[in-house]
Amino acid sequence: MTEQPPAADAFAGPIKVLVPCGSLGAGVRESEIAYGIAEGAHVIASDAGSTDSGAAYLALGKSKNSRGAVKRDLEILMRAQAEHGIPIIIGTSGQAGGDLNLQWTREIVEEVASELGTAPRIALIHCEQDKATIKRLNAAGRIQPLPPLGPLEDEAIDQCEHIVAALGVEHFIAALEGGADIILGGRSTDTAVLACYPIWKGAPWGPAWHAGKTGECGVQCSVNPTLGSGVMLTVKADGFEVAPLSDDNRCSVHSVSAHMLYENTDPFRLAEPGGVLDVTRARYTQKDERTVSVSGSEWEPGPYSMKLEGASAGRYQTMMLVGIRNPEVLNDIENFHDKLLAALYERTRKSFPAEALGEFHISLRMYGWNGIDGKPVPAGTPPPPEIGMIFVATADTQELANAIAHACNPYFFHYPNVMNKEIPSYGFMLSPADVPCGQFFEFRLNHIVALDDPFELVRIEYVDLASRPAAAQKEAVHG
Amino acid sequence: MVKLRDVCHEIRSKNAGPFWVTFDIFFDGPASFTRYHDDPALSAESFARLYGADASMVKRIPVDDLSMIKISYPRTSPQGGMVERDMHSGQQYVPLLDVELAD
Repeated sequence: MTEQPPAADAFAGPIKVLVPCGSLGAGVRESEIAYGIAEGAHVIASDAGSTDSGAAYLALGKSKNSRGAVKRDLEILMRAQAEHGIPIIIGTSGQAGGDLNLQWTREIVEEVASELGTAPRIALIHCEQDKATIKRLNAAGRIQPLPPLGPLEDEAIDQCEHIVAALGVEHFIAALEGGADIILGGRSTDTAVLACYPIWKGAPWGPAWHAGKTGECGVQCSVNPTLGSGVMLTVKADGFEVAPLSDDNRCSVHSVSAHMLYENTDPFRLAEPGGVLDVTRARYTQKDERTVSVSGSEWEPGPYSMKLEGASAGRYQTMMLVGIRNPEVLNDIENFHDKLLAALYERTRKSFPAEALGEFHISLRMYGWNGIDGKPVPAGTPPPPEIGMIFVATADTQELANAIAHACNPYFFHYPNVMNKEIPSYGFMLSPADVPCGQFFEFRLNHIVALDDPFELVRIEYVDLASRPAAAQKEAVHG
Repeated sequence: MVKLRDVCHEIRSKNAGPFWVTFDIFFDGPASFTRYHDDPALSAESFARLYGADASMVKRIPVDDLSMIKISYPRTSPQGGMVERDMHSGQQYVPLLDVELAD
């Protein structure tokens, strides 16, 4: 059942959420954490990922931020956690929040705990889904598409390497109830990670969710996001306040209200597990030089649902790059592109039997001309001084994509724009010149699943470092 | 003719999840916002022409308090797919800078 927002008068007082950074591993600043703790932070909360950087991280179970960077940030936060006894909440662990991403993060946390000599109680909130479960829920009519996708097909489920369901506040609150010192969430809505603690303490849901949305990217909601890394969110009975953790930075009414626009299609209504945050009637005021106060944020409870994300691995690619500044090419650039591309397709078809090639693809991308979208440039655009031309071959295997690049290599590096002249050599920077790129990755799911019980697809695992035998702890320290 | 860049202080584009692109068009004040935010150059049809968007799927949400309009459409090719060239869609706003507004 969906929980109803508790009455605001049951709320004991302001809750301060220290948001150390926009994404764990982005660079937590020790001075900002010290400042936030001195200001009375009740909890440290941050997400550790996003879909923004592409589907590879979910499909492969890899982190985008390096292990060293994540470990460094965790060292700072876990030292503060141990010294001050406030919990750490991390969402979308390891960039994508699948079980592999979660396990990767867990190992770093355990390593840091060993090195610090601390023994936190860790909650791991798993939200990776097996395909049979998703198919069963789909067959039962409980999965609905979000635009622009259509109804979910079993084929799309089968294409996914990993599928996750984005966590809401209920899951984090259960881990807080379970006494966790450090919560590592699987894929989570960015907002839920920051909203959960104030809601657990009885804060009104509208301001808590809106504060979460505002702080989701750390210092991004400030006037100068290059100054510092984090923000403090103070959730109160009648609204919330936000200020940067770095004292030379400030939040303004514009910087805070404009953040609702960020990476959203609707700046007023944000769908979350179990309801919608509506900020249509929110009022923003400058409380002091550095702090913005927000009131009027509303939460509309609705049927409980979680958003599904699934990532597939596609075919393999190999690329090559040349720099071109021959005037005869640049003065006739579109023709050159078309002639070269046709020649590369012909060369490839002649080099391999059709049944071995399968459905291959070649594209040429002219950086310095129209590399970003490949569309015609406005009429009358003068020739560029030079272009970087990237060749991309796509095929069923890495070996085949490499072989296509090898076959095309002499044409791509030496194709003349005017025949019967000396063969040119374009500027290539690498030898071997071909760069295997691996697979490309795509998100396949953009669907929500209706749930009577928020925990139907979620499993919380507790790891008590404190309860480990001393020998095991010693081994971990020295191992 | 006035170009969009002449009446705005910021125009930006960004992915909004893996399936949508969103454009934030901040006018240089309430007067320009009132005068231009419903201009045909910023219509769904214009986005279909400029970007190959499906006009019936284009979302337009004006935000009066910020003198801006948010316009979004589903990506025409999936993020990270075979022909990806702008993973964050962060360069997609540029063709908008020079669209001409009815005066």
